[in-house]
Amino acid sequence: MHVIFAKPESLTDRTTHYCPGCTHGVIHRLVAESLDELGLRERTVGIAPVGCAVLAYHYFNTDFQEAAHGRAAAMATGSKRVRPDLILFTYQGDGDLASIGMGETIHACNRGEKITTIFVNNAIYGMTGGQMAPTTMPGQITTTTPFGRDVNDCGHPLRVAEILSEIRTPGYIARVAVHTPRHIIEAKRCIKQAFRYQAEGRCYSLVECLSTCPTNWGLTPEEAGQWLEENMIPYYPLGVKRTPEETAGG
Amino acid sequence: MAKKLMKGNEAIGEAAIRAGCLNYFAYPITPQSEVAEYLSRRLPEVGGVFLQGESEIAVSYMLFGAAASGARVFTSSSSPGISLMGEGMSYIAGAQLPVVFVNIVRGGPGLGGILPAQSDYFQATKGGGHGDYHLLVLAPQGVQEAVDLMIDAFPLAEKYTNPVLVIGDGMIGQMMEPVEFPDPETIPPPLPRPWATTGLKNRHQNLIRSLFLNPDELEYNNQHIRAKCDAMERDEVRYESYRTDGRMDILIAAYGTMARICKTAVDMLREDGVKAGLVRPITLYPFPMREVHEAATMAGEVLVVELSTGQMVEDVDHAVRGACDVHFFGKTGGNIPPPEDVAAEARRVLGARTGRRAGRKG
Repeated sequence: MHVIFAKPESLTDRTTHYCPGCTHGVIHRLVAESLDELGLRERTVGIAPVGCAVLAYHYFNTDFQEAAHGRAAAMATGSKRVRPDLILFTYQGDGDLASIGMGETIHACNRGEKITTIFVNNAIYGMTGGQMAPTTMPGQITTTTPFGRDVNDCGHPLRVAEILSEIRTPGYIARVAVHTPRHIIEAKRCIKQAFRYQAEGRCYSLVECLSTCPTNWGLTPEEAGQWLEENMIPYYPLGVKRTPEETAGG
Repeated sequence: MAKKLMKGNEAIGEAAIRAGCLNYFAYPITPQSEVAEYLSRRLPEVGGVFLQGESEIAVSYMLFGAAASGARVFTSSSSPGISLMGEGMSYIAGAQLPVVFVNIVRGGPGLGGILPAQSDYFQATKGGGHGDYHLLVLAPQGVQEAVDLMIDAFPLAEKYTNPVLVIGDGMIGQMMEPVEFPDPETIPPPLPRPWATTGLKNRHQNLIRSLFLNPDELEYNNQHIRAKCDAMERDEVRYESYRTDGRMDILIAAYGTMARICKTAVDMLREDGVKAGLVRPITLYPFPMREVHEAATMAGEVLVVELSTGQMVEDVDHAVRGACDVHFFGKTGGNIPPPEDVAAEARRVLGARTGRRAGRKG
């Protein structure tokens, strides 16, 4: 019998705790496939965030560290600086990375740390029960914006990929989505490229993954994908924003 | 090895290198920025890692990551910066990683001042970050002892897989004294780190975490940390006694540079026929409870002298346990009492014999 589809070696057999319809599982798989295909698993150290993916270390079959809220990029910096031969990746949500961890993120990017960040943007705090994130859409109802996000009060959603693309230090910055097969294929290409750049010792890399949160959005998985398509993609344009070959800001 | 005249901050940086620690992450803050300046030149010479982080918070997690991947690593900062590192210290203690911190203490609270102080005793010995843990705290009285304790700090951190704090005041950081570094052959090699996250080739996953959602697992982790504290309290207490032989009229308790000033005060009192002695905790945690108690039983009065409004005095009072009265004399803001003032306070205490306990003065 010929195996045409199997679980990546970089994933464990554990059943995840993610909600039905959540796209974390898809993103986990894309990361794991990339590590497998590039042959990096045995020298990879992942860093889990505080947020829905706090237990990601149960699902990845690599060494792992569990970070404080927002500090994953600093921990990855410490590990990578003392062990440049290791592959370091952080897996962070929008509250973890774009709110409390924005400082660590920008400076790791600016120093050109040879690490890879998988940034899951689902426009809401999932684990704590659906509060407003820095990436919550204007007018979006959350448990802390019961009348919708008022941009005059809370500011506009942060476009992390664009912000980091303004940094002159060479880097690889991309934004992808994972709500349709077509988008998943492109997401895989970018995630794998991000790890490839790190493995080559080239640059910092970050892939922002637009993701759905049916539970806290109050939508079915199908409606959530449609909501992402109609509301998030127009504001968060997809694509590769920076490659190390080009210089930002002239 | 020949003695060399060095500024305290630079000697601390060099001592770390001699101790085999070639990884340093830090954020500048007065009065210890010379440690970073020195190491930014010195570490590249020895193939080490120097990185100026974007904040003390980030630095504390760079230390976490570096230690988690098996490196000897340290940082230095001063009081407000140590407050910011408190979060990372808690995670490092919870994850049971060997990391060395240096706090060259300045006056607080808040931005306080930049002059010497000892007002971080509570933070160093009772907390800093949240949760059940203790730092192992080493308090040098001068530049040579700062070097010696830096050399010891790394093996201690590794022995207990626990953060170690070397705490000095601005005087130790800024003054120059002759120092001698130990023979490299006497430096113990790093302990094996089979737990480190270095890639799982030929083994199962290594996981470094302080998260234990299962109550039994968290309690197990906390009790394990507590057992290490018990072992530190049993095996790692360090202190110095100065002129404490026989019955004393008064026992002075002080640590760090303040203890050196108090030694001169003890000499002055002895010259006047007052039987004075000094006990100097070198480990602030574990605190020399039994040793201070035993010294206090030989004294009529105990006087605690600190560059604070009274912090170590609580541990001394706890150690003395009513064996005699405990008095306090403190200066803050960067004001440092000369030995004459300490001697005068001792005479005042002996003259008054008011029977107050742990009274705050100064």
